[in-house]
This record gives sequence, C-alpha cells and structure tokens, in this order.
Amino acid sequence: MADMITKEDIRKPENLVYKKTDLMTDKVLSYCPGCGHGTAHRLVMEVIEEMDIQEKTIGIAPVGCSVLAYEFMDIDMQQAAHGRAPALATAIKRLMPEKFVFTYQGDGDLAAIGTAETIHACNRGENIVIIFINNGIYGMTGGQMAPTTLPGMKSSTSPYGRDVQMMGNPLKITELVAQLPGTIYVTRQAVHTPAHVRRTKKAIRKAFENQKLNKGLSFIEIVSNCNSGWKMTPVQSNEWMVENMFPFYPLGDIKVND
Amino acid sequence: MAKVIGDIVIDIEKCKGCGVCVPVCPQDVIALSKNVNGKGYNYAESVNDDCTGCVNCAIVCPDGVITVYRKKIE
Repeated sequence: MADMITKEDIRKPENLVYKKTDLMTDKVLSYCPGCGHGTAHRLVMEVIEEMDIQEKTIGIAPVGCSVLAYEFMDIDMQQAAHGRAPALATAIKRLMPEKFVFTYQGDGDLAAIGTAETIHACNRGENIVIIFINNGIYGMTGGQMAPTTLPGMKSSTSPYGRDVQMMGNPLKITELVAQLPGTIYVTRQAVHTPAHVRRTKKAIRKAFENQKLNKGLSFIEIVSNCNSGWKMTPVQSNEWMVENMFPFYPLGDIKVND
Repeated sequence: MAKVIGDIVIDIEKCKGCGVCVPVCPQDVIALSKNVNGKGYNYAESVNDDCTGCVNCAIVCPDGVITVYRKKIE
C-alpha cells in the first residue's frame, strides 16, 4: 500500500508535525547562513507560544547582530542602549511585575560593555530571564576580539591568535554570575544539533517557569557559532565549536536552585 | 505493522543554503541543490523518499524554513 501514498496525501494539515512558530514574523532573518541566532530566536518564541504568554511578554533587544530581534519576534519589544538590557529589563519588570521580561544579548553586549549591568542585575536577583548568546567574537562589527574569545583564537584584532599575556584571559561570565546569590538558574547550552536544541528549549522553558513563580533571575548561555567571523562554513564552524569552544565553555547546568 | 512516512516542505526562497540540516538527517534525505534561489544560495532540497518525519532538520534550521509532515501507514 505504501507505494500508493503520494506526497499530497502526506502534506495534509492533520499530518503536520513541525512548522515555524507563528510568533516568528515572516521577515527573512538578517543573520548569516547557519548562525545560531535564528534557532535561539525560534526556541524563545516556541516557549512563549507553549506557555501562551505572547500578550504578557516584553523582550529587550540588545546591540549587536541581534539588534533587529524586534523585527523577527512578534511580541512587545524594546531595544536597549549597548549593554544596558538588564537595567532596562529591571525597570520594566519592577513597573509591570505581571509581565514576563527577558533580555536577549550577545557576548559583546553582555560580557563587555554591559558587564556592570549584568552582574548587578544578577546580584539583585531581578525576576527576569537573560538569554546570552556566546560566539566568542564581535560578529556584527567584523569579527573583532571579544572578552569571550578563546586563548589562541584568531580574530580580526588578534590575527596571530589571542595572546593571554598581552590581551588578558577570556571571561567566563556564566560561572561568575552563578556565584551570586540572586541567580536561581544558571545554565550553558548549545543549538548546533537536534539534541542540544531540545535541551536548550527545556532550559528556556524552565527559566520562564521560574519567572512565573517569582523565583529570581535565570541566566541561559547559548554557545553558538559565528561562521562569518570565524571564516568557516556553517558546518565546519559547528565542528570547530565542538572541538574548541566546549572544552573551555563546558555545557550543562551550573546552578539549579529549586 | 505500522510504518511512518514523512515528508518535508522547504521554503526555498527563504533557505540560505547553510547546510546545517544535511548532516543531522538520519536518512540522508536532504542535500544542497545545484540550483540557486533568488538570493543566489544553493538551497536545501529533498532528494529521496526515505523521510520519517523525525523533525531533526526542522529544529536545527536557523531560519525555520522546513515544515515537516508525518503519516502513519497501517
């Protein structure tokens, strides 16, 4: 009988198992091919759709590649000055405690210019969710060295590799905020394989559930690729990330307080 | 014995041809086309009928261009 089934029989609404969530707009994402930002955007939107909190969620867009996140996420959003997303999120959450507030930031935004805002928001234990995309580079401005660039990693401002003696050590800000009493859930995930995508989605769901229960600040780092900045193909960059990024930024939950 | 048969629909004009979906497919259904779309990318396409509708390709697709269908056959 199997040979009688045509593509038209399969492509029916009742057989649909996966499609892009309606909370992502139909605009073509401004990211490079293979960039993990798109997957991370979609996961956040899927969680918001599953929890049915579209009308109650306010997102904060950062400065960086994902500055246009408000164009792609069909929820209320505000765009913060460079690095100030946690401060803005603090204000919004305190003025409107019934809303779900999250920030979506890259490593240049969160771990460089926004270090003070990030650490103090985490230390105060603001009841928000921080989604932190770490690709070890300033992707938008042309692949310059970021605080999260690995030792020996080449970037446009460290063409011979990051020399730790001269340029300092990479900043593991996720481990740093895990030590602060205000954070309730700190985890590091990735989005390069289906298994990691599923785990990341669970982590984002847990973070939003924590916010629903007013537990405190949840911090999710997503280690991602930057194939344009690393000068690789998307598939090569994912392999490079597994070989080089994960030993330095090990995946998994760093702090879980229930 | 119940068997599942799946199918994917790719929005080729939005596909950026990154190829992340190709290695994650357990049935080797997806390959990058030799043709290009309106933006000049070698878009992903379905090359055989072995799809089981596992959704691996769709959930790793950064641009969310893949829609997956699955049907059970008795």
